[in-house]
Amino acid sequence: MQSVGAGPASTFLAGSPSPGESRWRAAVRTAFPFLVVGAIWEVVARLQVFPPRLFPPLEVVAAAFVRLTASGVLPHHALDTLLRLLAGFALAAVVGVVIGIAMGRSRLAEDTLLPLISIGAPIPGIAYAPLFLLWFGLGNVSAVLLVGFVSTFPIVFNTWTGVKAVKEVWVRSALAMGADDRRLFGKVILPGALPYILTGLRLGLAQAWRILVGVEMLAAVPWGLGWMIFGAREFLNTDVMLAGVVVIGAIGLALEKLVFQRLERFTVVRWGMMT
Amino acid sequence: MSTAAERARSMRPGAMSLLLAAAIYESLARSGVFPAALLPTLPAVGRALVEGVLDGSLPGHALATLYRVLLGMGLAVSVGLPLGILMGRFRPIEGFFLPLASALMPIPSLAWVPVFILWFGLGNATAIGIVLYAALFPMLLNAWSGVRAVNPLWLRAGSAMGANERALFWKVSIPGAFPFLIAGLRQAFLRAWIAVVGAEMLAASDWGLGWVIFDAKEFLKADVMLASLAVIGLIGFAFERLVFGTLERATVQRWGMVRAMKG
Repeated sequence: MQSVGAGPASTFLAGSPSPGESRWRAAVRTAFPFLVVGAIWEVVARLQVFPPRLFPPLEVVAAAFVRLTASGVLPHHALDTLLRLLAGFALAAVVGVVIGIAMGRSRLAEDTLLPLISIGAPIPGIAYAPLFLLWFGLGNVSAVLLVGFVSTFPIVFNTWTGVKAVKEVWVRSALAMGADDRRLFGKVILPGALPYILTGLRLGLAQAWRILVGVEMLAAVPWGLGWMIFGAREFLNTDVMLAGVVVIGAIGLALEKLVFQRLERFTVVRWGMMT
Repeated sequence: MSTAAERARSMRPGAMSLLLAAAIYESLARSGVFPAALLPTLPAVGRALVEGVLDGSLPGHALATLYRVLLGMGLAVSVGLPLGILMGRFRPIEGFFLPLASALMPIPSLAWVPVFILWFGLGNATAIGIVLYAALFPMLLNAWSGVRAVNPLWLRAGSAMGANERALFWKVSIPGAFPFLIAGLRQAFLRAWIAVVGAEMLAASDWGLGWVIFDAKEFLKADVMLASLAVIGLIGFAFERLVFGTLERATVQRWGMVRAMKG
């Protein structure tokens, strides 16, 4: 699912220098639009078109960011959010890959699980949030379980597709060369399905990230970026909210760029399965 | 693939597994291990669903949600589609908007909910704004990559046959980008559907399926929650299959650009 054009843009953060252009110029070219938007923001904020409490100038947002970082509040929020994300995602990765492989290899598992998963998948994860809160109470358990639950679906789907997509010829030639079940699995099926599994993990993580912030707002966890910006609303602290949003965006970008592109480069790209 | 007989045969294990899951759930619910308010039996959920439909509240909530999604998506398409196409055609526009889009995209739309509540107040404007934000980027980026992915051979063939700029654009570039545009619409809807439910929960506005679920939590009405969940899933599924499936069949499949994939 979601294969055509699912993420051409995410792999294309601007700033890739075109041939014959120095790095420095490319950086300027990337920075330019932000400068323009920043300048417009600043002008609107300074003219006080909107109340400054609601539309603070950029240096106020920056000051809030520095203040919160220096006092350790922002890092604490960010750390808790990340831990929650990792816990939920780890859960989803293990469960999702196992279920996906089982569905790919066994007809029975496929027949049993596929209908359930096809019914569960189109419901947006956040819609389950109140139900999870009711079942598991406010707080961490609900948040982690919900994040895990939501990101399991793309992982299962892609793992299942990947295992199914392993070339029959590879399997048969491995069998002909005398591979036993375990080696067949470890040396042929798993590497063969890995590009799909990685795509699934990536989609799952993106899904988890998109839900987590909302869940934190609903689940009343004591720490977390979602909770921080939602709580700041009560006191009209727009500067704190915007600083939080920036941090959320930075984390999302870092997850995509640093974690997954690197993982891909070390595995499937090196093996020549993807370019 | 997918002759009637074959389809019926592949339906059977599916139905079996659903029945099995329903039976397990039902026996859990009836065993009394969990309180009935938290884990209602299936007939209770069914009754909540029927009651909600009959007294008109559930259709009303569904309409409110659909209105927000469709309006937000309409805005997102009317901004994202032209901008994406322009980005694909003109390098300076691409150079300006691409970095902005890449920086805004990783921010989940729900993170903006508190900010939008402050700016636009509780209610429709916030929900529609969140939907717009959520749906804009998939639309924009797919339109952009769609225009860029048009086979240059087609363009050259078109101009060799004497097409002018305008004809090339309307007869080659746009139809050529169509698979991407449809993928963009699909993705935009998926995101919008998540965003609207979340926004309705957080920006409480009396109407909407997300709000019903959230409100039902306060009164421990798990049956209402499950019934609304079913409606949310059903609408999402209907859009995916009926609206986008039909659109795809009427355009790119008929033009032979993508093969029918699903049986």
